[in-house]
Amino acid sequence: MINFQYLRTTTAKSAIALLVKDKNAKFLAGGTNLIDLMKRGVTAPEKLIDINHVPLKQIEQIGNKIHIGALASNSAVADNALIKEKLPLLSWALQAGASAQLRNVATVGGNMMQRTRCGYFYDTEMPCNKRQPGTGCGAMEGFNRMHAIFGASEKCIAVHPSDMCVALIALDAEVVVANAKGERKMLFKDFHRLAGDTPQLDNNLKADEMIIRLEIPVNNLAKNYHYLKVRDRASYAFALVSVAAAFELSNNKIMDIRLAMGGVAHKPWRLTASENFLKGKEATLSNFEQAAQLAMKDAKGFGGNDFKLKLAPNTIIEALNLAKSKA
Amino acid sequence: MKSSDQKPNQGDSRRDFLKKSSVITAIALTPGVAVKAAESNADERFAQLFEKIPLKLTVNNKAYQTTVEPRVTLLDYLREELHLTGTKKGCDHGQCGACTVHVDGQRVNSCLSLAVMNEGKKITTIEGLANGETLHPMQAAFIKHDGFQCGYCTPGQIMSAVACVREGHTGSRADISEYMSGNICRCGAYPNIVDAIIEVKEGGETV
Repeated sequence: MINFQYLRTTTAKSAIALLVKDKNAKFLAGGTNLIDLMKRGVTAPEKLIDINHVPLKQIEQIGNKIHIGALASNSAVADNALIKEKLPLLSWALQAGASAQLRNVATVGGNMMQRTRCGYFYDTEMPCNKRQPGTGCGAMEGFNRMHAIFGASEKCIAVHPSDMCVALIALDAEVVVANAKGERKMLFKDFHRLAGDTPQLDNNLKADEMIIRLEIPVNNLAKNYHYLKVRDRASYAFALVSVAAAFELSNNKIMDIRLAMGGVAHKPWRLTASENFLKGKEATLSNFEQAAQLAMKDAKGFGGNDFKLKLAPNTIIEALNLAKSKA
Repeated sequence: MKSSDQKPNQGDSRRDFLKKSSVITAIALTPGVAVKAAESNADERFAQLFEKIPLKLTVNNKAYQTTVEPRVTLLDYLREELHLTGTKKGCDHGQCGACTVHVDGQRVNSCLSLAVMNEGKKITTIEGLANGETLHPMQAAFIKHDGFQCGYCTPGQIMSAVACVREGHTGSRADISEYMSGNICRCGAYPNIVDAIIEVKEGGETV
């Protein structure tokens, strides 16, 4: 690993002040992705600002929203009694990601900021527009069975690897970020972005900003929910396709519903058309099948990942079935 | 740089060439700031960049006070500086779990943690598990159930297994497999490892 300057700070204000002073500085939280990328030479920051001592680990309900600090660990959130009771979908999604060791260290903010696991991004000998803009995309005509079927650009077909973020987009989370002047709030669905012409940018966080916390509205979705992750082995692997499904039932009629997919796009993928179709309808297999077909409207395979065109709708249907039978 | 650029001139000794080329390599491997600093003789900045950071931590109940380069991982610090080589380097990328240690009682991959991030923390490695000559119950159970073959993953498996029992993630064989999935065993001793964990859990001893 190329050496770097190491700084430690205990307040968000000083962390932001240090960040803006040097454009080659990065925040260091859990480090489970960043340190790996530095070892592989994918990134080489000249300065790391260790923010682990900044007090942003709270998990609490304030009014009708649950606040989760950016530095709460993945396991602290997944095992938290309030989260298990009120946002069990989030707890399940977190448990589906990484390993017990990694979840103990990885933070909520770091999970949002993690880079794609595309093999061409990781291999510095290969072309990659995300790692080195203008060099081309190795995956487009290469090994792309893990890659995007929605919203891909000509420059990049990588996917966002998070499970947590799939649950968060489904739960209408909001993100509070701060710069030196103050805080702003953005919808979680606007945090990550599609690759477009600038695949080097994973999200809409600005260079002078720090993630402070999540705010998630409490809901009536804690009864019928499921996070279904399909992967190459039973545990500890990134998703080929994952589905977060949650709905509120009244006499088998769907009153409210959330559907999102992971492993299929450059950002967590909310299935709005399917939600709109199911809202007010009976929770039947036939309706689930139609909703799954709607979700696939603009899907496109790149060869190696063509199997996802069938796997994705099947996973949506199964997740909805499992959510329904949960009660 | 093309390889022909580095060919020694006629008359240069092999040693001269190695000296020159290693200087070039060193510069190539140095962050831009350091090169700029070196060029402008900004010695202070240069020194600061490679400064060793003071570090205080406790490993297996023994306090250490030292200085380390920021890029040294907790794993390398334990193995290379403290010579605690029980903790193994497998993949070095957080994928295999061979480097698992406890930090303030929680299992972590020491390969993906910088030593300097562990200021003030209490680390337990496989060497700190036994009580004198008496094996920790999990160590004894691994031997009894043949929970290993080559043994390379075993320190990480045992540290993870102890944490798994403490966390209470031992409700079923499936639960144990799920919560032990961060530890890979290429010999495939998994069923025996699960047996060992069940024995310790059912033994009811505080681990």
